Amino acid sequence: MTDSAPRLQARGLRLGYGDDIVVDGLDLDVPDGAITAVVGPNGCGKSTLLRALGRLLKPRAGEVLLDGRRIDQMPTREVARIIGMLPQSPVAPDGLTVADLVMRGRHPHQNWFRQWSPADQDIVTEALAWTDMRDLAGRPVEALSGGQRQRAWISMALAQGTDVLLLDEPTTYLDLSHQIDVLDLIARLHRERNRTIVMVLHDLNLAARYAGHVVAMRDGRIVAQGTPTEVFTVELLSEVFNLSALVVPDPATGTPLVVPLPRHGPTGNVVPRAQNAGHD
Amino acid sequence: MTLLQVHVGRLSGRVALRPIAVGVVGLALTVAVAVFSIGHGSFGIAPGNVVSTLLGGGTAAQKLIVLDLRLPRILTALLVGAALAVSGALTQTFARNPLASPDVLGVTHGASLGAVAVIVLGGGAAIGAVPLAALAGALVAAALVYVLAWRRGVDGYRLVLVGIGVGEVVTAGVSWFLVRAEIVDAARATIWLNGSVAGADWAQVRPLALGLAVLLPLAVATSFTLQALQFDDDVSKALGVRLQSARLAVVLTAVALAAAAVAAAGPIEFVAFVVPQIALRLCGGSRPPLVVSAILGALLVTAADLAARSVLPARELPVGLLTAMVGAPYLLWLLTRTNRRTSA
Repeated sequence: MTDSAPRLQARGLRLGYGDDIVVDGLDLDVPDGAITAVVGPNGCGKSTLLRALGRLLKPRAGEVLLDGRRIDQMPTREVARIIGMLPQSPVAPDGLTVADLVMRGRHPHQNWFRQWSPADQDIVTEALAWTDMRDLAGRPVEALSGGQRQRAWISMALAQGTDVLLLDEPTTYLDLSHQIDVLDLIARLHRERNRTIVMVLHDLNLAARYAGHVVAMRDGRIVAQGTPTEVFTVELLSEVFNLSALVVPDPATGTPLVVPLPRHGPTGNVVPRAQNAGHD
Repeated sequence: MTLLQVHVGRLSGRVALRPIAVGVVGLALTVAVAVFSIGHGSFGIAPGNVVSTLLGGGTAAQKLIVLDLRLPRILTALLVGAALAVSGALTQTFARNPLASPDVLGVTHGASLGAVAVIVLGGGAAIGAVPLAALAGALVAAALVYVLAWRRGVDGYRLVLVGIGVGEVVTAGVSWFLVRAEIVDAARATIWLNGSVAGADWAQVRPLALGLAVLLPLAVATSFTLQALQFDDDVSKALGVRLQSARLAVVLTAVALAAAAVAAAGPIEFVAFVVPQIALRLCGGSRPPLVVSAILGALLVTAADLAARSVLPARELPVGLLTAMVGAPYLLWLLTRTNRRTSA
């Protein structure tokens, strides 16, 4: 293995459920120590790809390589110490407290005769502190708000202590301010812990702002990948999302800002800019 | 929940304080009920004399009554209760369903078919073979449920549905045998179907105790995996759990425990279903605690057996009737007091 080979790679992946093939012939190098955002329209195979990268879905053909080894041939506990995965709507049993949930993140590091150690305790305490969940540690998970619940699950993934973190739409069902909270937390993880993060995101502007690497998918294949500036172009948005849009620099960060254009001319509250300016 | 860090040599873990308190109280109650129950009967023996006889003292008459006649029965009640409750706790946790019990794994129905078939076809001569037939029926039915539920792996929800379906078919088989049975055999089969520890002797206690000596520690060992099996499949897999082998280990343990209990005492209603939920509500947490379930199961069946012998002095009631009558209202009462949703 050369120094430049990334830790997590996909080669010739064919993925599907039942008789449906969702992804075919897909190759991907996940850049180490970067935040990668996977974007694309609904049903393009983003989540399916993420599940395959996290060995939750067995490929029909091709392979996922972790440190050069086929992930489906590695002991699953060993993988669980390197890759953490947060599915889209994870389910916790009733009555489980936040502290209990985060403690379960230590599962791959334990066995039946050594179920809990002071080191586990330290890691769990730190994970709770990182996600600002210490005050809520005794609460049942089902009693949390959407934003708190997502932070609790991220806290569990943190306690798992993996170098790679796969997140399937970590901001779904959250309002904008909680979306920013969660993404800031992920950005800090990347910055201060140098974690490799792959996340599926729907919001293109947030993807452009938080990801260093963007993978755009359509119909089960990768259409483009690169920096946000390289990927989010007027032509590509039209090709991948069938969307006519302007791309302007984000006034806050300078990253590309996608401004969709109305499909059938101005409607409702949309006041054309030129007209608006004319009144001033 | 208050937690204690525990280190014994290389073993380490966390133990919650509340289950320990519930367990200690439950254990004390169980011992008290068992001692009283041994002394209770047409030939009454004071609790003090029961204890001294158990410890090797007592008169010849006391020894005969305590050690040979009543102790096997009480031990059967204790062991059957513990086995059923732990089996229920395992089933409810891995199926993520508080309504699940070993019944839905086919165990109870299969055992009933095996036992009733032997009673009806073999008549009085085959009565000694009933526990073995029940055991065989339980294991065959459970295997059938597991195989039918398998579609690229076994999912807890589908296992429950298939189990209910298989249970209905097998129950129809039981009815068929009962309808065409001689009246004496039908009566004998009905008594067995109601579950009873009456007439249990050492020949029944020994294999049961031996089985449980292996199975109960196994059940506790699976609880490490059970913690991770409580999540949805993707989360469990992401935590490094080998889902199918972990589930198989839990199901096998649950089936073996329930089968051993049913073979020894017939189907005793409700213990496997209700005791884990009672234990969960008394202890808190996210899943029924195994050790406390075992203690409370032993307590419930022993107490129900005592009641079965006391309520109508002239005629003994089947213990299964009492467990349902005692257990169900208690669970309902607990449910009205706690405002949490039911949970596996």
